[in-house]
Amino acid sequence: MDAVQHDTPPLTTLRHKDLLGIADLSPEEIVLILDTAEAMKEVGQRAIKKVPALRGRTVVNLFFEPSTRTRTSFEIAEKRLSADTLNVAIGTSSVVKGETLVDTAMTIEAMAPSMIVLRHSSSGACHLLSRICRAGIINAGDGMHEHPTQALLDAFTIRERKGRIAGLKVAIVGDLLHSRVLRSNLLLLTRLGAEVWVCGPATLIPPGLDRLGVHVTSVVDRAVQAADVIMMLRIQLERMEGGFFPSLREYFTTFGMTEARVARAKPDVIIMHPGPMNRGVEIASEVADGPFSVILDQVANGVAVRMAVLYLLAGGSEHEAVA
Amino acid sequence: MKRLLRGGRVVDPVAGLDGVYDVFIDGDHVEQVGRDLPASLADGGHVIDIPAGLVLVPGLIDMHVHLREPGQEHKETVATGTLSAVAGGFTAVACMPNTSPVNDNAGVTELILRRAAEAGLARVYPIGAVSRGQKGEQLADIAELRAAGCVAITDDGHPVATALLARRALEYAGMFDMPLIEHCEDPSLKGDGCAHEGPRASELGLRGIPGAAEAITAARDILLAEMTGGRVHIAHMSAWTTLEAVRQGKSRGVNVTCEVAPHHFTLTDDALAEPVAYDTNTKMNPPLREARDRDAMLAGIADGSVDVIATDHAPHHYDEKNVEYDRAPFGIVGLETAVPLAFDRLVHTGLITLSRLVELMSVNPARILRVAGGSLAAGAAADVTILAPDLRVTIDRATLRSRSKNTPFHGWTLRGGVAATIVGGRVVYTNPDASLDLR
Repeated sequence: MDAVQHDTPPLTTLRHKDLLGIADLSPEEIVLILDTAEAMKEVGQRAIKKVPALRGRTVVNLFFEPSTRTRTSFEIAEKRLSADTLNVAIGTSSVVKGETLVDTAMTIEAMAPSMIVLRHSSSGACHLLSRICRAGIINAGDGMHEHPTQALLDAFTIRERKGRIAGLKVAIVGDLLHSRVLRSNLLLLTRLGAEVWVCGPATLIPPGLDRLGVHVTSVVDRAVQAADVIMMLRIQLERMEGGFFPSLREYFTTFGMTEARVARAKPDVIIMHPGPMNRGVEIASEVADGPFSVILDQVANGVAVRMAVLYLLAGGSEHEAVA
Repeated sequence: MKRLLRGGRVVDPVAGLDGVYDVFIDGDHVEQVGRDLPASLADGGHVIDIPAGLVLVPGLIDMHVHLREPGQEHKETVATGTLSAVAGGFTAVACMPNTSPVNDNAGVTELILRRAAEAGLARVYPIGAVSRGQKGEQLADIAELRAAGCVAITDDGHPVATALLARRALEYAGMFDMPLIEHCEDPSLKGDGCAHEGPRASELGLRGIPGAAEAITAARDILLAEMTGGRVHIAHMSAWTTLEAVRQGKSRGVNVTCEVAPHHFTLTDDALAEPVAYDTNTKMNPPLREARDRDAMLAGIADGSVDVIATDHAPHHYDEKNVEYDRAPFGIVGLETAVPLAFDRLVHTGLITLSRLVELMSVNPARILRVAGGSLAAGAAADVTILAPDLRVTIDRATLRSRSKNTPFHGWTLRGGVAATIVGGRVVYTNPDASLDLR
């Protein structure tokens, strides 16, 4: 368990309409979600992987950006909770006819869904929807801002492996500038007391990161030295055109996670990646597929964490989760 | 029509007046300012006793306004924009050429002036484009624009594209004693940024526009003004580094002036997160910057480095702003919030005197644009703004006269407002909240 001191009885419910970002969650609320996800994980190990918690509720997965793992993960989570799920795919929606995000959301809202899971390329898109929709909004990634369920599943995976988060040294390496995964993870990990190091080329470090209580470096060996957790961030190949670094080859030699670099970390280090991976760019295949990798655990845990988020936002409490 | 305005405080720094005087207006001009003028002067006209606490100043001039006509009348027209202007206490506005079509020829200039005459509210001084179509390639017909009534040139919305074109513009416009008004921004550094590059944008995941993007272009044009002897006016300054460049230029005797918009001396990029996260009414170009920049603007206003307060009034339709932050257009309306913000944040805080405010909002814009105004001396046009320094003003977007309502100041209560606006001797606005009957 994490070292969160309860002066008051532990939280059992999440009093939010939306999950817009980790920024809105207290440490106690984060722990509640992680604890609830443990119960949800157990559901996923049953022969019949389904509970009636969200029966009769409609959840719309509104994805304006291509996504395989996040959308699939949410959909499985929704189905395991017995929700009625609906996927609105960008290519077949009215958006291609020029409809605004607000109009699309209002149209969906008019059909009274309980929740909308939104993935959008613009930072703050979920905040915009939360102001106009009665439905709960779950942020499935907004621009370069946040991807809270990714950070929650990362934390769940770390806690599962290490038994705690407080006091761990976590090194996050990659494109720090454009990563919503980074922003959510920084907020979550610092809130739960981890020692966070972030590392990337100077061209991909946003200003002010050091003010968030993390160590910032461009020397990858310093970041991974004695690390308990190494988390890689995807290098988006289209960033090459922005001139952020000279070549993928040079990126790999300077920042890529190789076995030699992993050897500087703690002997029981775990290697994480939110996917999809660029093998040979940010991570060597030997590391991605090696004994320290928990990358597929992250994917598996994503379903449990998203079940927990959906369930708690719908008004469920921890104790009756899987009754 | 004769009007004798008696017993008000008159602040006219050009005439060296700050005290209780009577102002006698005969027709379209000021006939006399003096103490205890006889009521018989206004024989057949009106004698108006100005209530205690109100202040008569030379008509305010906003030298940076987007009136949107022709071509974007859904955002604003010359008529609605000048109505907004007089309600904000401005007797004159200078309007930017980034209309559709661009004001790069006499035909567009004449259209704007005709619309302004039809509206009969604030005076309108068109500003012509530097380059044809504002494309940054070839100089517009600047002499023709001048002859039609343009008072300055700018490619506002964008910087003058190259150093060479800026040089030519300064040289050419210098023949007519017209200033080059520069929207300072290095396009490569700005990129597709939509917020000030700093910790706040990092947190919100918004692409940044560094202060240096502004200062680099300002420094370029100050050097070119120095080289050519032309006059450059730095528009909507927002970064402390730009102010430093202006100060250095002024200390070397360069013909450089600058303006600051009320939002840049009031707000910081904290407004992007609170009270409403990603409120598109906090998106403008240049962006709201950090406290260091905002405080530098206040310091520059106090120490005289800043010449002008101009609003960069940039109306946008509700639909255009009701979108994702990075897809929303840049800009906010400013004409009706400038005086309350200036009073509340500059005068009542003790940062500047009312006399200095008149320099910033009337004297200096008139001087830079070489237009009439800036003083109530005998013979001057009767453009008078009557200020109500202690009036409590609550900004309400629903009551703005502008066709657009895109303001981040909705709901703000500020101390200081406008009681009435007189243009050419005609009362074009009276504030029902101020106890003043001008008849």
